Amino acid sequence: MMTRDDFRTIAHNGIWKQNTSLAQVLGLCPLLAVTTNAVNGIMLSLATILVMALANVAVASLRNLIPHEIRIPVFILIVAALVTVVDLLFNANLHELYLVLGIFIPLIVTNCIVLARVEAFAAKNPPLQSTFDGVFMGVGMLWTLALLGALRELIGGGTLFGGIDMVFPNLSPIQLLPENYPGFLLALLPPGAFILLGCMIAWKNWLDARAAARAARQPPAPVTAAGCS
Amino acid sequence: MFAPAPFLLKDASVSRVMTQVCLALVPGIAAYAWLVGPAILVQLAIASLAALVAEAAMLKVRGKPLALFLSDGSALVTAWLIALTFPPLAPWWLVVTGTVFAIVVAKHLYGGLGQNPFNPAMVAFAVCIVSFPALMSQWPSVGLQVPLREQLDIILGLAPRLDALTGATPLDALKTALKLDESSVDVAHLLANQDIFGNFAGRGWEWVAAGYLVGGLWLWQRKVISWHVPVAFAAALAAISGALWVYNPAHFASPLFHLFSGGAMLGAFFIATDPVSGSTTPRGKLIFGAGAGLLAYLIRVFGGYPDGVAFAVLLMNLCVPLIDLLTQPRIFGMKDKP
Repeated sequence: MMTRDDFRTIAHNGIWKQNTSLAQVLGLCPLLAVTTNAVNGIMLSLATILVMALANVAVASLRNLIPHEIRIPVFILIVAALVTVVDLLFNANLHELYLVLGIFIPLIVTNCIVLARVEAFAAKNPPLQSTFDGVFMGVGMLWTLALLGALRELIGGGTLFGGIDMVFPNLSPIQLLPENYPGFLLALLPPGAFILLGCMIAWKNWLDARAAARAARQPPAPVTAAGCS
Repeated sequence: MFAPAPFLLKDASVSRVMTQVCLALVPGIAAYAWLVGPAILVQLAIASLAALVAEAAMLKVRGKPLALFLSDGSALVTAWLIALTFPPLAPWWLVVTGTVFAIVVAKHLYGGLGQNPFNPAMVAFAVCIVSFPALMSQWPSVGLQVPLREQLDIILGLAPRLDALTGATPLDALKTALKLDESSVDVAHLLANQDIFGNFAGRGWEWVAAGYLVGGLWLWQRKVISWHVPVAFAAALAAISGALWVYNPAHFASPLFHLFSGGAMLGAFFIATDPVSGSTTPRGKLIFGAGAGLLAYLIRVFGGYPDGVAFAVLLMNLCVPLIDLLTQPRIFGMKDKP
Protein backbone atom coordinates (compact mmCIF):
# COMPACT_ATOMS: atom_id res chain seq x y z
CA MET A 1 0.00 0.00 0.00
CA MET A 2 0.99 3.55 -0.45
CA THR A 3 1.41 5.75 2.59
CA ARG A 4 1.19 9.49 2.73
CA ASP A 5 4.96 9.67 3.23
CA ASP A 6 5.53 7.70 0.03
CA PHE A 7 3.33 10.13 -1.79
CA ARG A 8 5.12 13.15 -0.34
CA THR A 9 8.52 11.75 -1.25
CA ILE A 10 7.43 11.01 -4.80
CA ALA A 11 5.92 14.46 -5.20
CA HIS A 12 8.95 16.23 -3.71
CA ASN A 13 11.34 14.20 -5.87
CA GLY A 14 9.41 14.94 -9.03
CA ILE A 15 8.75 18.62 -8.50
CA TRP A 16 11.97 19.73 -6.87
CA LYS A 17 14.67 17.31 -5.71
CA GLN A 18 15.02 15.21 -8.87
CA ASN A 19 13.51 17.77 -11.24
CA THR A 20 13.93 16.45 -14.79
CA SER A 21 15.36 19.68 -16.17
CA LEU A 22 17.12 21.20 -13.15
CA ALA A 23 18.58 18.14 -11.39
CA GLN A 24 18.61 15.25 -13.85
CA VAL A 25 19.11 17.61 -16.84
CA LEU A 26 17.32 15.17 -19.13
CA GLY A 27 15.35 15.88 -22.28
CA LEU A 28 17.38 18.92 -23.30
CA CYS A 29 16.50 18.62 -26.97
CA PRO A 30 12.76 19.36 -26.62
CA LEU A 31 13.63 21.84 -23.87
CA LEU A 32 15.82 23.89 -26.20
CA ALA A 33 13.64 23.61 -29.25
CA VAL A 34 10.16 24.06 -27.83
CA THR A 35 10.40 26.56 -24.97
CA THR A 36 10.42 29.66 -27.14
CA ASN A 37 7.26 30.58 -25.24
CA ALA A 38 5.46 29.40 -22.14
CA VAL A 39 2.49 27.92 -23.98
CA ASN A 40 4.61 25.58 -26.08
CA GLY A 41 6.52 24.45 -23.00
CA ILE A 42 3.31 23.79 -21.05
CA MET A 43 1.60 21.93 -23.87
CA LEU A 44 4.60 19.70 -24.57
CA SER A 45 4.89 19.01 -20.84
CA LEU A 46 1.19 18.10 -20.66
CA ALA A 47 1.69 15.64 -23.51
CA THR A 48 4.73 14.22 -21.73
CA ILE A 49 2.83 13.94 -18.41
CA LEU A 50 0.10 11.94 -20.14
CA VAL A 51 2.61 9.62 -21.76
CA MET A 52 4.67 9.21 -18.58
CA ALA A 53 1.69 8.44 -16.35
CA LEU A 54 0.27 5.89 -18.78
CA ALA A 55 3.65 4.35 -19.57
CA ASN A 56 4.52 4.04 -15.88
CA VAL A 57 1.24 2.38 -14.99
CA ALA A 58 1.48 0.01 -17.97
CA VAL A 59 5.07 -0.99 -17.24
CA ALA A 60 4.45 -1.31 -13.49
CA SER A 61 1.51 -3.60 -14.13
CA LEU A 62 3.47 -5.77 -16.54
CA ARG A 63 6.78 -5.59 -14.69
CA ASN A 64 6.65 -9.21 -13.50
CA LEU A 65 5.79 -10.52 -16.98
CA ILE A 66 8.47 -8.69 -18.99
CA PRO A 67 11.65 -10.79 -19.42
CA HIS A 68 14.54 -8.86 -17.89
CA GLU A 69 16.87 -9.28 -20.88
CA ILE A 70 14.56 -7.63 -23.43
CA ARG A 71 12.89 -5.12 -21.13
CA ILE A 72 14.17 -2.01 -22.92
CA PRO A 73 12.64 -2.90 -26.34
CA VAL A 74 9.39 -3.79 -24.60
CA PHE A 75 9.39 -0.49 -22.71
CA ILE A 76 9.98 1.43 -25.92
CA LEU A 77 7.19 -0.46 -27.64
CA ILE A 78 4.74 0.45 -24.88
CA VAL A 79 5.86 4.10 -24.86
CA ALA A 80 5.68 4.31 -28.65
CA ALA A 81 2.12 3.01 -28.67
CA LEU A 82 1.09 5.62 -26.09
CA VAL A 83 2.90 8.42 -27.90
CA THR A 84 1.09 7.52 -31.11
CA VAL A 85 -2.21 7.99 -29.29
CA VAL A 86 -1.13 11.39 -27.91
CA ASP A 87 0.24 12.41 -31.29
CA LEU A 88 -3.09 11.64 -32.98
CA LEU A 89 -4.99 13.42 -30.19
CA PHE A 90 -2.94 16.60 -30.63
CA ASN A 91 -3.28 16.42 -34.38
CA ALA A 92 -7.05 16.08 -34.15
CA ASN A 93 -7.83 18.61 -31.42
CA LEU A 94 -5.02 21.20 -31.39
CA HIS A 95 -3.89 21.10 -34.99
CA GLU A 96 -2.17 24.52 -35.11
CA LEU A 97 -0.19 23.79 -31.97
CA TYR A 98 0.60 20.36 -33.37
CA LEU A 99 2.22 22.06 -36.36
CA VAL A 100 4.32 24.26 -34.03
CA LEU A 101 5.46 21.45 -31.75
CA GLY A 102 5.97 19.32 -34.85
CA ILE A 103 8.47 16.53 -34.51
CA PHE A 104 8.81 16.93 -30.75
CA ILE A 105 5.55 15.12 -29.98
CA PRO A 106 6.53 11.89 -31.78
CA LEU A 107 9.99 12.35 -30.28
CA ILE A 108 8.58 11.92 -26.76
CA VAL A 109 9.22 8.22 -27.49
CA THR A 110 12.93 8.82 -27.36
CA ASN A 111 12.76 11.41 -24.58
CA CYS A 112 15.17 10.08 -22.01
CA ILE A 113 12.92 11.25 -19.15
CA VAL A 114 10.20 8.76 -20.12
CA LEU A 115 12.56 5.82 -20.46
CA ALA A 116 14.48 6.85 -17.35
CA ARG A 117 11.36 6.84 -15.17
CA VAL A 118 10.08 3.59 -16.66
CA GLU A 119 13.42 1.87 -16.11
CA ALA A 120 14.33 3.44 -12.78
CA PHE A 121 10.93 3.53 -11.09
CA ALA A 122 8.04 1.76 -12.81
CA ALA A 123 9.97 -1.45 -13.40
CA LYS A 124 10.55 -1.79 -9.65
CA ASN A 125 7.42 -0.34 -8.02
CA PRO A 126 3.69 -1.07 -7.93
CA PRO A 127 1.31 0.67 -10.38
CA LEU A 128 -0.12 3.30 -7.99
CA GLN A 129 3.27 4.69 -6.95
CA SER A 130 4.44 4.52 -10.55
CA THR A 131 1.50 6.54 -11.78
CA PHE A 132 2.19 9.27 -9.23
CA ASP A 133 5.87 9.21 -10.12
CA GLY A 134 5.06 9.71 -13.80
CA VAL A 135 2.65 12.55 -13.03
CA PHE A 136 4.96 14.40 -10.63
CA MET A 137 8.06 14.01 -12.76
CA GLY A 138 5.94 15.54 -15.50
CA VAL A 139 4.76 18.34 -13.20
CA GLY A 140 8.40 19.11 -12.40
CA MET A 141 9.08 19.32 -16.12
CA LEU A 142 5.95 21.40 -16.61
CA TRP A 143 6.82 24.24 -14.27
CA THR A 144 10.45 24.33 -15.39
CA LEU A 145 9.55 24.47 -19.07
CA ALA A 146 6.79 27.00 -18.40
CA LEU A 147 9.16 29.28 -16.46
CA LEU A 148 11.94 28.89 -19.03
CA GLY A 149 9.52 29.55 -21.87
CA ALA A 150 8.06 32.59 -20.12
CA LEU A 151 11.53 34.04 -19.44
CA ARG A 152 12.64 33.41 -23.01
CA GLU A 153 9.64 35.06 -24.64
CA LEU A 154 9.70 37.96 -22.17
CA ILE A 155 13.38 38.72 -22.79
CA GLY A 156 13.25 37.83 -26.45
CA GLY A 157 10.11 39.68 -27.46
CA GLY A 158 8.50 41.33 -24.46
CA THR A 159 5.36 39.17 -24.58
CA LEU A 160 3.93 36.49 -22.33
CA PHE A 161 1.86 33.48 -23.38
CA GLY A 162 2.43 34.00 -27.09
CA GLY A 163 0.54 31.40 -29.10
CA ILE A 164 -2.14 30.94 -26.45
CA ASP A 165 -4.74 31.56 -29.16
CA MET A 166 -3.81 28.16 -30.56
CA VAL A 167 -5.12 26.51 -27.39
CA PHE A 168 -7.85 28.94 -26.35
CA PRO A 169 -8.97 30.82 -29.46
CA ASN A 170 -10.56 33.68 -27.52
CA LEU A 171 -7.42 34.59 -25.52
CA SER A 172 -4.53 36.67 -26.79
CA PRO A 173 -0.88 37.04 -25.68
CA ILE A 174 0.02 39.70 -23.10
CA GLN A 175 2.40 42.46 -24.16
CA LEU A 176 4.35 43.13 -20.96
CA LEU A 177 7.15 45.36 -22.21
CA PRO A 178 6.58 48.49 -24.33
CA GLU A 179 5.80 47.99 -28.02
CA ASN A 180 9.13 49.46 -29.13
CA TYR A 181 11.15 46.96 -27.08
CA PRO A 182 13.73 45.83 -29.63
CA GLY A 183 13.72 42.16 -28.55
CA PHE A 184 16.81 40.37 -27.31
CA LEU A 185 16.80 37.69 -29.97
CA LEU A 186 19.50 35.60 -28.27
CA ALA A 187 17.00 34.50 -25.62
CA LEU A 188 14.84 32.90 -28.30
CA LEU A 189 17.76 31.05 -29.89
CA PRO A 190 19.08 27.74 -28.46
CA PRO A 191 22.12 29.39 -26.75
CA GLY A 192 19.71 31.63 -24.84
CA ALA A 193 17.87 28.55 -23.59
CA PHE A 194 21.16 27.06 -22.41
CA ILE A 195 22.20 30.26 -20.63
CA LEU A 196 18.82 30.70 -18.92
CA LEU A 197 18.65 27.01 -17.98
CA GLY A 198 22.13 27.36 -16.47
CA CYS A 199 20.91 30.35 -14.43
CA MET A 200 17.87 28.36 -13.25
CA ILE A 201 20.04 25.40 -12.21
CA ALA A 202 22.31 27.80 -10.32
CA TRP A 203 19.24 29.31 -8.64
CA LYS A 204 18.02 25.84 -7.55
CA ASN A 205 21.47 24.88 -6.24
CA TRP A 206 21.70 28.19 -4.38
CA LEU A 207 18.31 27.62 -2.72
CA ASP A 208 19.28 24.04 -1.81
CA ALA A 209 22.64 25.13 -0.41
CA ARG A 210 20.95 27.85 1.65
CA ALA A 211 18.38 25.39 2.98
CA ALA A 212 21.12 22.90 3.85
CA ALA A 213 23.12 25.59 5.65
CA ARG A 214 20.05 26.65 7.61
CA ALA A 215 19.24 23.05 8.55
CA ALA A 216 22.82 22.51 9.72
CA ARG A 217 22.71 25.62 11.90
CA GLN A 218 19.47 24.74 13.66
CA PRO A 219 19.21 21.81 16.04
CA PRO A 220 17.03 19.01 14.64
CA ALA A 221 13.36 19.64 15.33
CA PRO A 222 11.81 17.47 18.01
CA VAL A 223 9.73 14.61 16.65
CA THR A 224 6.03 15.31 17.02
CA ALA A 225 2.95 13.30 16.31
CA ALA A 226 1.86 15.73 13.62
CA GLY A 227 3.37 13.66 10.81
CA CYS A 228 1.39 10.56 11.75
CA SER A 229 -2.11 11.96 11.83
CA MET B 1 68.36 34.28 -0.69
CA PHE B 2 67.24 32.98 -4.05
CA ALA B 3 63.72 33.27 -5.37
CA PRO B 4 62.33 30.46 -7.51
CA ALA B 5 61.86 30.97 -11.25
CA PRO B 6 60.48 32.83 -13.13
CA PHE B 7 62.86 35.75 -12.58
CA LEU B 8 60.71 38.75 -13.47
CA LEU B 9 62.67 41.88 -14.09
CA LYS B 10 59.78 44.15 -14.92
CA ASP B 11 56.63 45.09 -13.15
CA ALA B 12 54.05 42.98 -14.95
CA SER B 13 51.03 43.58 -12.74
CA VAL B 14 47.60 43.36 -14.31
CA SER B 15 46.94 47.07 -13.95
CA ARG B 16 50.24 47.97 -15.66
CA VAL B 17 49.57 45.62 -18.59
CA MET B 18 46.02 46.92 -18.96
CA THR B 19 47.18 50.55 -18.85
CA GLN B 20 49.66 49.85 -21.61
CA VAL B 21 46.99 48.13 -23.71
CA CYS B 22 44.73 51.17 -23.29
CA LEU B 23 47.60 53.49 -24.26
CA ALA B 24 48.32 51.35 -27.32
CA LEU B 25 44.72 51.76 -28.46
CA VAL B 26 45.07 55.55 -28.49
CA PRO B 27 46.52 55.94 -32.05
CA GLY B 28 43.68 53.86 -33.47
CA ILE B 29 41.07 55.74 -31.44
CA ALA B 30 42.55 59.07 -32.51
CA ALA B 31 42.36 58.08 -36.18
CA TYR B 32 38.82 56.78 -35.61
CA ALA B 33 37.65 60.00 -33.97
CA TRP B 34 39.31 62.16 -36.62
CA LEU B 35 38.24 60.25 -39.74
CA VAL B 36 34.93 58.63 -38.80
CA GLY B 37 33.60 60.98 -36.18
CA PRO B 38 33.91 61.90 -32.53
CA ALA B 39 30.88 59.72 -31.68
CA ILE B 40 33.32 56.94 -30.84
CA LEU B 41 34.52 58.95 -27.83
CA VAL B 42 30.96 59.05 -26.50
CA GLN B 43 30.63 55.29 -27.02
CA LEU B 44 33.94 54.70 -25.21
CA ALA B 45 32.67 56.72 -22.26
CA ILE B 46 29.33 54.86 -22.19
CA ALA B 47 31.02 51.46 -22.41
CA SER B 48 33.57 52.34 -19.71
CA LEU B 49 30.87 53.52 -17.33
CA ALA B 50 28.71 50.43 -17.96
CA ALA B 51 31.71 48.13 -17.50
CA LEU B 52 32.76 49.71 -14.21
CA VAL B 53 29.22 49.64 -12.81
CA ALA B 54 28.70 46.00 -13.89
CA GLU B 55 32.12 45.02 -12.55
CA ALA B 56 31.49 46.71 -9.20
CA ALA B 57 28.07 45.08 -8.88
CA MET B 58 29.43 41.61 -9.67
CA LEU B 59 32.40 42.03 -7.30
CA LYS B 60 30.00 43.05 -4.55
CA VAL B 61 27.74 40.06 -5.19
CA ARG B 62 30.73 37.72 -5.19
CA GLY B 63 32.22 39.26 -2.06
CA LYS B 64 35.51 40.30 -3.67
CA PRO B 65 37.52 43.42 -2.77
CA LEU B 66 36.14 46.27 -4.89
CA ALA B 67 39.09 48.64 -5.04
CA LEU B 68 41.67 46.01 -5.97
CA PHE B 69 39.77 44.56 -8.92
CA LEU B 70 38.13 47.78 -10.13
CA SER B 71 41.48 49.53 -10.45
CA ASP B 72 43.17 46.73 -12.41
CA GLY B 73 41.75 48.13 -15.66
CA SER B 74 40.70 44.80 -17.14
CA ALA B 75 37.06 45.86 -17.30
CA LEU B 76 38.13 49.06 -19.00
CA VAL B 77 40.03 47.20 -21.74
CA THR B 78 36.99 44.99 -22.37
CA ALA B 79 34.78 48.08 -22.53
CA TRP B 80 37.08 49.86 -24.99
CA LEU B 81 37.31 46.84 -27.27
CA ILE B 82 33.51 46.57 -27.25
CA ALA B 83 33.08 50.27 -28.09
CA LEU B 84 35.63 49.99 -30.90
CA THR B 85 33.97 46.95 -32.50
CA PHE B 86 30.39 48.26 -32.28
CA PRO B 87 29.01 50.74 -34.82
CA PRO B 88 29.79 54.26 -33.51
CA LEU B 89 26.24 55.54 -34.00
CA ALA B 90 24.62 52.56 -32.30
CA PRO B 91 22.05 53.49 -29.63
CA TRP B 92 23.51 53.73 -26.13
CA TRP B 93 21.60 50.70 -24.81
CA LEU B 94 23.20 48.43 -27.42
CA VAL B 95 26.70 49.16 -26.12
CA VAL B 96 25.46 48.90 -22.54
CA THR B 97 23.79 45.55 -23.23
CA GLY B 98 26.95 44.18 -24.84
CA THR B 99 29.21 45.46 -22.06
CA VAL B 100 27.02 44.20 -19.24
CA PHE B 101 26.70 40.80 -20.89
CA ALA B 102 30.47 40.64 -21.35
CA ILE B 103 31.26 41.55 -17.74
CA VAL B 104 28.45 39.63 -16.02
CA VAL B 105 28.10 36.48 -18.11
CA ALA B 106 31.33 36.07 -20.06
CA LYS B 107 33.64 37.21 -17.25
CA HIS B 108 32.18 36.85 -13.76
CA LEU B 109 29.87 33.86 -14.20
CA TYR B 110 32.90 31.95 -15.44
CA GLY B 111 34.94 32.92 -12.38
CA GLY B 112 36.15 36.47 -13.01
CA LEU B 113 39.52 37.84 -14.08
CA GLY B 114 41.80 35.13 -15.43
CA GLN B 115 39.13 32.42 -15.55
CA ASN B 116 37.04 33.27 -18.61
CA PRO B 117 37.40 30.76 -21.45
CA PHE B 118 35.99 33.23 -24.01
CA ASN B 119 37.12 36.73 -24.82
CA PRO B 120 34.45 38.89 -23.13
CA ALA B 121 34.52 41.65 -25.74
CA MET B 122 34.00 39.16 -28.55
CA VAL B 123 31.18 37.49 -26.63
CA ALA B 124 29.51 40.91 -26.44
CA PHE B 125 29.94 41.40 -30.18
CA ALA B 126 28.62 37.92 -31.02
CA VAL B 127 25.62 38.28 -28.69
CA CYS B 128 24.66 41.66 -30.13
CA ILE B 129 25.14 40.80 -33.78
CA VAL B 130 23.03 37.68 -33.31
CA SER B 131 20.35 39.52 -31.33
CA PHE B 132 20.28 42.90 -33.10
CA PRO B 133 21.67 42.23 -36.60
CA ALA B 134 20.18 45.37 -38.17
CA LEU B 135 21.56 47.83 -35.61
CA MET B 136 24.94 46.09 -35.57
CA SER B 137 25.46 46.47 -39.31
CA GLN B 138 24.64 50.18 -39.68
CA TRP B 139 27.98 51.90 -39.97
CA PRO B 140 28.33 55.62 -40.61
CA SER B 141 29.43 56.61 -44.08
CA VAL B 142 32.93 58.01 -43.76
CA GLY B 143 33.27 61.70 -44.57
CA LEU B 144 29.68 62.36 -43.64
CA GLN B 145 29.44 65.72 -41.90
CA VAL B 146 27.12 65.35 -38.94
CA PRO B 147 27.46 67.83 -36.08
CA LEU B 148 28.58 66.28 -32.80
CA ARG B 149 25.36 67.40 -31.16
CA GLU B 150 23.32 65.45 -33.69
CA GLN B 151 25.50 62.35 -33.34
CA LEU B 152 24.97 62.50 -29.60
CA ASP B 153 21.20 62.76 -30.10
CA ILE B 154 21.24 59.70 -32.35
CA ILE B 155 23.18 57.66 -29.79
CA LEU B 156 20.88 58.72 -26.95
CA GLY B 157 17.79 58.02 -29.04
CA LEU B 158 16.61 61.66 -29.02
CA ALA B 159 16.83 61.99 -32.80
CA PRO B 160 15.38 59.54 -35.30
CA ARG B 161 17.82 57.10 -36.88
CA LEU B 162 18.17 58.14 -40.51
CA ASP B 163 19.03 55.47 -43.01
CA ALA B 164 20.95 58.02 -45.05
CA LEU B 165 23.48 58.49 -42.25
CA THR B 166 24.56 54.90 -42.20
CA GLY B 167 25.65 52.29 -44.66
CA ALA B 168 27.49 49.03 -44.98
CA THR B 169 31.13 48.50 -44.08
CA PRO B 170 33.65 48.30 -46.93
CA LEU B 171 33.77 44.51 -46.47
CA ASP B 172 30.00 44.28 -46.69
CA ALA B 173 29.81 46.63 -49.66
CA LEU B 174 32.32 44.48 -51.54
CA LYS B 175 30.51 41.26 -50.68
CA THR B 176 27.12 42.64 -51.67
CA ALA B 177 28.38 44.08 -54.95
CA LEU B 178 29.98 40.76 -55.85
CA LYS B 179 26.86 38.84 -54.92
CA LEU B 180 24.52 41.10 -56.89
CA ASP B 181 26.33 40.69 -60.17
CA GLU B 182 28.56 37.70 -60.12
CA SER B 183 29.83 37.57 -63.69
CA SER B 184 30.62 41.09 -64.75
CA VAL B 185 31.91 42.73 -61.58
CA ASP B 186 35.60 43.18 -61.07
CA VAL B 187 37.09 43.78 -57.63
CA ALA B 188 39.78 46.15 -58.86
CA HIS B 189 37.18 48.18 -60.72
CA LEU B 190 34.95 48.36 -57.65
CA LEU B 191 37.78 49.43 -55.38
CA ALA B 192 38.84 52.16 -57.78
CA ASN B 193 35.39 53.61 -58.43
CA GLN B 194 33.25 53.27 -55.35
CA ASP B 195 33.39 56.11 -52.89
CA ILE B 196 33.44 53.83 -49.86
CA PHE B 197 36.90 52.45 -50.70
CA GLY B 198 40.09 54.39 -50.08
CA ASN B 199 43.70 53.86 -51.14
CA PHE B 200 44.03 50.21 -50.23
CA ALA B 201 41.02 49.31 -48.09
CA GLY B 202 37.95 51.12 -46.75
CA ARG B 203 38.12 54.92 -46.90
CA GLY B 204 39.15 56.20 -43.50
CA TRP B 205 38.98 52.76 -41.91
CA GLU B 206 42.33 51.85 -43.47
CA TRP B 207 44.02 54.52 -41.35
CA VAL B 208 42.17 53.42 -38.23
CA ALA B 209 43.56 49.93 -38.86
CA ALA B 210 47.00 51.48 -39.37
CA GLY B 211 46.60 53.18 -35.99
CA TYR B 212 45.91 49.83 -34.37
CA LEU B 213 48.99 48.43 -36.15
CA VAL B 214 51.17 51.18 -34.67
CA GLY B 215 49.76 50.61 -31.18
CA GLY B 216 50.15 46.85 -31.55
CA LEU B 217 53.79 47.15 -32.61
CA TRP B 218 54.41 49.37 -29.57
CA LEU B 219 52.86 46.69 -27.33
CA TRP B 220 55.18 44.13 -28.90
CA GLN B 221 58.19 46.42 -28.42
CA ARG B 222 57.20 46.86 -24.76
CA LYS B 223 56.98 43.03 -24.52
CA VAL B 224 53.36 43.20 -23.36
CA ILE B 225 52.44 40.80 -26.17
CA SER B 226 54.65 38.31 -27.98
CA TRP B 227 54.96 38.28 -31.77
CA HIS B 228 53.44 34.81 -32.21
CA VAL B 229 49.72 35.56 -32.32
CA PRO B 230 49.71 38.73 -34.47
CA VAL B 231 52.21 37.31 -36.94
CA ALA B 232 50.39 34.00 -37.24
CA PHE B 233 47.03 35.78 -37.55
CA ALA B 234 48.25 38.16 -40.25
CA ALA B 235 50.19 35.44 -42.07
CA ALA B 236 47.24 33.07 -42.20
CA LEU B 237 44.88 35.82 -43.32
CA ALA B 238 47.36 37.01 -45.94
CA ALA B 239 48.09 33.46 -47.11
CA ILE B 240 44.50 32.41 -47.78
CA SER B 241 43.41 35.78 -49.17
CA GLY B 242 46.59 35.87 -51.28
CA ALA B 243 46.01 32.38 -52.64
CA LEU B 244 42.43 33.14 -53.67
CA TRP B 245 43.46 36.56 -55.01
CA VAL B 246 46.08 34.97 -57.27
CA TYR B 247 43.56 32.35 -58.32
CA ASN B 248 40.91 34.89 -59.31
CA PRO B 249 41.81 38.57 -58.80
CA ALA B 250 38.48 39.65 -60.32
CA HIS B 251 36.48 38.02 -57.58
CA PHE B 252 38.67 38.16 -54.46
CA ALA B 253 40.21 41.22 -52.83
CA SER B 254 43.93 41.48 -52.16
CA PRO B 255 45.60 40.47 -48.88
CA LEU B 256 46.33 44.14 -48.18
CA PHE B 257 42.62 44.94 -48.38
CA HIS B 258 41.75 42.15 -45.98
CA LEU B 259 44.49 42.97 -43.49
CA PHE B 260 43.33 46.58 -43.22
CA SER B 261 39.57 45.91 -43.30
CA GLY B 262 37.10 45.19 -40.57
CA GLY B 263 38.51 44.00 -37.29
CA ALA B 264 41.61 42.27 -38.66
CA MET B 265 44.26 44.58 -37.16
CA LEU B 266 42.39 45.09 -33.90
CA GLY B 267 41.84 41.33 -33.73
CA ALA B 268 45.43 40.39 -34.47
CA PHE B 269 47.06 42.70 -31.92
CA PHE B 270 44.46 43.36 -29.23
CA ILE B 271 41.85 40.61 -29.22
CA ALA B 272 43.55 37.35 -30.17
CA THR B 273 46.48 38.27 -27.88
CA ASP B 274 44.25 38.16 -24.78
CA PRO B 275 46.43 36.25 -22.28
CA VAL B 276 43.42 34.69 -20.52
CA SER B 277 41.28 33.25 -23.30
CA GLY B 278 44.13 32.67 -25.78
CA SER B 279 46.71 29.92 -25.96
CA THR B 280 49.69 30.18 -23.63
CA THR B 281 52.45 28.06 -25.15
CA PRO B 282 54.58 29.56 -27.97
CA ARG B 283 53.64 26.90 -30.53
CA GLY B 284 50.06 27.04 -29.29
CA LYS B 285 49.97 30.79 -29.91
CA LEU B 286 51.05 30.21 -33.52
CA ILE B 287 48.26 27.66 -34.02
CA PHE B 288 45.73 29.88 -32.23
CA GLY B 289 46.61 32.98 -34.27
CA ALA B 290 46.71 31.12 -37.58
CA GLY B 291 43.38 29.42 -36.90
CA ALA B 292 41.76 32.72 -35.99
CA GLY B 293 43.10 34.42 -39.12
CA LEU B 294 41.96 31.59 -41.37
CA LEU B 295 38.48 31.38 -39.84
CA ALA B 296 38.10 35.17 -39.90
CA TYR B 297 38.71 35.16 -43.66
CA LEU B 298 36.37 32.24 -44.33
CA ILE B 299 33.55 33.77 -42.28
CA ARG B 300 33.89 37.29 -43.65
CA VAL B 301 34.14 36.19 -47.31
CA PHE B 302 31.89 33.14 -47.46
CA GLY B 303 29.69 33.70 -44.42
CA GLY B 304 26.67 35.91 -43.87
CA TYR B 305 28.11 38.27 -41.24
CA PRO B 306 29.87 41.59 -42.00
CA ASP B 307 33.09 40.45 -40.37
CA GLY B 308 34.40 37.17 -39.03
CA VAL B 309 37.01 38.16 -36.44
CA ALA B 310 34.71 37.83 -33.41
CA PHE B 311 33.42 34.40 -34.33
CA ALA B 312 36.89 33.23 -35.38
CA VAL B 313 38.39 34.24 -32.03
CA LEU B 314 35.53 32.61 -30.09
CA LEU B 315 35.86 29.37 -32.07
CA MET B 316 39.60 29.30 -31.44
CA ASN B 317 38.99 30.06 -27.74
CA LEU B 318 37.07 26.78 -27.69
CA CYS B 319 40.13 24.94 -29.02
CA VAL B 320 42.58 26.48 -26.54
CA PRO B 321 42.53 23.70 -23.90
CA LEU B 322 43.33 21.13 -26.59
CA ILE B 323 45.97 23.29 -28.24
CA ASP B 324 47.69 23.97 -24.93
CA LEU B 325 47.65 20.28 -24.07
CA LEU B 326 49.23 19.25 -27.36
CA THR B 327 51.88 21.98 -27.51
CA GLN B 328 53.51 21.76 -24.09
CA PRO B 329 57.13 22.81 -24.55
CA ARG B 330 59.85 20.28 -23.81
CA ILE B 331 61.21 20.75 -20.32
CA PHE B 332 64.94 21.51 -20.41
CA GLY B 333 66.91 18.32 -19.81
CA MET B 334 63.97 16.05 -20.47
CA LYS B 335 63.38 13.78 -23.46
CA ASP B 336 60.64 14.75 -25.93
CA LYS B 337 58.02 12.42 -24.52
CA PRO B 338 58.06 12.45 -20.73
